Amino acid sequence: MASTDTAAPVQTPPGAAPVEPSPVRQPHPAIALLKDAAMWAAVTFILTFPIVGFKTVARGGRYVFDNNVDVVLGLTAFVFLGRILLNLTIWRKPKTATARAASGTVLDTGWAAKARRLLVPVMLVVAVTYPFLAVWASGGLVTGRYWVDLGVLVMTYVLLGWGLNIVVGLAGLLDLGYVAFYAVGAYTFALLTMNFGLSFWMCLPIAGIIAALFGVVLGFPVLRLRGDYLAIVTLAFGEIIRLVLINWREFTGGASGINQIPRPSFFGLEFIPSGPTSFAEFFGIAFSPVHRLIFFYYVILALALVVLVVTIRLRRLPIGRAWEALREDEIACRSLGISVVNTKLTAFALGAMFGGFAGTVFAARQGYISPTDFTFIQSAFIVAIVVLGGLGSNLGIVLSSLVLIGGIEMLRNLGFVKAIFGSGFDPVQYRMLIFGIVMVIIMVWKPRGLISSRAPTVFLKEKKRVGADMISEGHG
Amino acid sequence: MEYFLQQLINGVALGSIYGLIAIGYTMVYGIIGMINFAHGDIFMVSTMISLVLLIALFSLGVTAVPIVLLVILLGAVFLTALYGWTVERMAYRPLRGSFRLAPLISAIGMSIVLQNYIQNAQGADKKAFTQLIPGGIEFFKEADFSVWLQYSQIALFTTTIVVLAVFTFIVTKTPLGRAQRACEQDIKMASLLGIDVDKTISLTFVMGASLAAVAGLMHLLYYGSTDFYAGFVVGIKAFTAAVLGGIGSLPGAVLGGITIGLIEVFFAGYVSVDYKDVAAFSILSIVLIFLPTGILGRPEVEKV
Amino acid sequence: MARQETILRVEHLSMKFGGLVAVDDLSFEAKKGDITAIIGPNGAGKTTVFNCITGFYKPTEGRIALVHGDDSILTRIDNVTATGKQWVRTRQGALFLLERLQDFKVSELARVARTFQNIRLFGGMTLLENLLIAQHNKLMRASGYTFGGLLGLGGYGKAERAAIDKARYWLDKTGLLDRADDAAASLPYGAQRRLEIARAMCSDPVLLCLDEPAAGLNAREGEELNELLLSIRKEHDVSILLIEHDMGVVMQISDRIVVLDYGRKIADGSPAAVRSDPKVIAAYLGVEEEETDEVAKELSA
Repeated sequence: MASTDTAAPVQTPPGAAPVEPSPVRQPHPAIALLKDAAMWAAVTFILTFPIVGFKTVARGGRYVFDNNVDVVLGLTAFVFLGRILLNLTIWRKPKTATARAASGTVLDTGWAAKARRLLVPVMLVVAVTYPFLAVWASGGLVTGRYWVDLGVLVMTYVLLGWGLNIVVGLAGLLDLGYVAFYAVGAYTFALLTMNFGLSFWMCLPIAGIIAALFGVVLGFPVLRLRGDYLAIVTLAFGEIIRLVLINWREFTGGASGINQIPRPSFFGLEFIPSGPTSFAEFFGIAFSPVHRLIFFYYVILALALVVLVVTIRLRRLPIGRAWEALREDEIACRSLGISVVNTKLTAFALGAMFGGFAGTVFAARQGYISPTDFTFIQSAFIVAIVVLGGLGSNLGIVLSSLVLIGGIEMLRNLGFVKAIFGSGFDPVQYRMLIFGIVMVIIMVWKPRGLISSRAPTVFLKEKKRVGADMISEGHG
Repeated sequence: MEYFLQQLINGVALGSIYGLIAIGYTMVYGIIGMINFAHGDIFMVSTMISLVLLIALFSLGVTAVPIVLLVILLGAVFLTALYGWTVERMAYRPLRGSFRLAPLISAIGMSIVLQNYIQNAQGADKKAFTQLIPGGIEFFKEADFSVWLQYSQIALFTTTIVVLAVFTFIVTKTPLGRAQRACEQDIKMASLLGIDVDKTISLTFVMGASLAAVAGLMHLLYYGSTDFYAGFVVGIKAFTAAVLGGIGSLPGAVLGGITIGLIEVFFAGYVSVDYKDVAAFSILSIVLIFLPTGILGRPEVEKV
Repeated sequence: MARQETILRVEHLSMKFGGLVAVDDLSFEAKKGDITAIIGPNGAGKTTVFNCITGFYKPTEGRIALVHGDDSILTRIDNVTATGKQWVRTRQGALFLLERLQDFKVSELARVARTFQNIRLFGGMTLLENLLIAQHNKLMRASGYTFGGLLGLGGYGKAERAAIDKARYWLDKTGLLDRADDAAASLPYGAQRRLEIARAMCSDPVLLCLDEPAAGLNAREGEELNELLLSIRKEHDVSILLIEHDMGVVMQISDRIVVLDYGRKIADGSPAAVRSDPKVIAAYLGVEEEETDEVAKELSA
């Protein structure tokens, strides 16, 4: 343990006394390198040997082992070589020297600003034309289905991320139960449309408002809470909602959920093969179930853009500045006459409302919902997207949704992985494992997320971005 | 009355497990102020390790219960402690002194990693196992109902008390404990005074994981089942116990654990089984909102 | 000398934390247009008094009355206290019982602004943004509580431009104009103190409470601070209440000094009177009262 500390890039804890140059002769770098790699390989071997090496399988009324020791050896070798490789490449630079984020305030010019200015319109164009691009590039509606589906999925998470961004990114309130509002939106729509026959477009605002009410209901008791405690209480709230959905069978259909939710129509045109209200017949094109998917893509895109525009405008209004001020210093806010109660509750309500919108669309697209769609892992996904994107950055959320949701989903297409690890290796099986690893890696690599600097909401002479080291991440 | 008594015993048994896990939360939260979100999953990993060791010993023909228990206990504690150490080293240490949210997200990521690691390595099925220590003392009997104190429960109570005593001694009387308490007060100052902060924190994680391993083995003996998802809810309840008992207090953590265990068992017994977790989560919220410093804690005055 | 009107009246204020008595039966008045200083050794309870006045602490006992306009309204104080109201407004002025108001209402309604001993700026936001947040309630109304502003209706644009002008004025006044678009946390210490004062002034206060504004400043910065405070008092209709350690600052600019020791008031009067008060000398030098004559002699010798 101690010996590796000399080889591994030592990170001095902040405030630690400067280390005097040691009079002891340093071991040869190559030996240190091998020692470090050997130690981590040994750790890997010990950790994985019992758990990975011997899979317990129930066979014939008792447990027997499936021998997987070859995998253990593979992992050990992987760690050994990986450690050497990383130490020779990425970790060569002393970590203190790597500028993690721009410091202070920097003028918003330079290549980063140009890239950002170029990236946004390009992304918009791609987002708007995406279903057609996908269908065209993959060679037809049937083959394009997967890609449109993926687009809908990524877009849903972008919408959820932008909604949660108001709460976590701007107001600095860590909410680990955001999925509750997603669930409330979905169930509100499903129950209203099943029981009262209300249309999708009628339900959308109602679901948003009801989700917002839930946001206030959650917001009130947690006003006094800060930091991790707030995170845990919101997590508990999310779990309570899910457990109630499971157990209140008469109302919510219990664990089996609600099936056969009516699908929304396109201005009265339905996505059915034939008939007077058929979308395909009306436009004189061949029927395809992908039409409905494309329609959903645009519904979600439109909602997301509305949310985006509203968020951007709100940031420049007093309420938006108050959110950010709250994140920076709550006590100073109170000394300036800002009602912390109102400010926090509006953030919770608005974030919840956007979550409710997303839930409505989700229920309508899926056609069936059940409590398993709204587990904690969903909340973790959304929080991860917001934090990994960079708190407060809308563009960052798009990037991290692409990486985390789109990228992980792409594992399905990695045929070459099978070529390396053998045909029995299915990367899809390891989706969540890889997701977790990516979360840890991004946090260690960029603790403030992909886009960490902050654009001021107003400027007198010149617009400068505020570096991450200046920005507080909130205590609430 | 008999029913009540039986529930009381079961509640304290469940609570002891929560308490053992809660000590891990309370020590880590006390020293670096972060919720080790993956701690519940470390507990789950330890149940799996115990299971694998158990089956291995059985298939090797070792069936003497005391030997089996001792070997599993030592093996599980060692391996789980190594897991705890590795998690801290990989996911938390690089983020020390970083922004507050980063370690929390990293911990959530680690929790996802551990769950899916176990799911992939050991399968998603629920592993059920016959009780290793069967039987118990029947000390109360009426026509239709008898109150049992199982031997596994006695083992659980004894272990909890012994472990609590040992760890309280470590924290209050040894140099390591002093270093831990110094870091709890002020990490920067502690490091200036020559305390090896990294090592102290590492050891804290190792201690927490060891206790989780003890809890994991006890859980497996007592309930006879586990799966890759077993750590999540138990972990959250144990965290509630840690807060309820007052962060930083070891006896408080066990006391909090027993309180949560009793509430859960009695709610399930007298009100509704379906909603027992709703009750647990509601208590969690109420405790955090109204009793943030716990039963044994002192109220804080807001610094302006 | 013309009778000075009262702006703040503190009566029998006590604040206990558990068994600890931080402030013990404190009464004093601050006059309109004055700079009133509260001084005392470390741990004398000065900041606690501030926190009670600005609503951050609810005092255990006592009454804190703030007057807008004509102080003849103080004759109604017992009446208001008895009715349980938080404040009352007449044509001549208004009376606020600060101990009954929530912290943010103290700023919003009673217009008491404050700074903090350990500077509390919105570090990740620019100087200009800091000063706009101080005008939150005014801008909130102008934006139609967000709805109007969101739809681009109403006079929000105009109100924001006015707010920016006001911010520009205070940035200029505190010598921070050229750093308007930088993050507040990137300012040097002394500038942060000035920014905090500018931010407090942007909230349009009638009473400005400064918690150790000179702490950590060098001599030149201290001088600048004095000038700033004097000009604020002269050009703006603001009274100042000030906690200070630095006796130089206090003696130079205050009109009236209240001295605390162990939560009790031990002296109250003009700088000259306070300076020669044996109790004050004793408190600062930590000697028994009987010995103070000797100390005073030694000091004057």
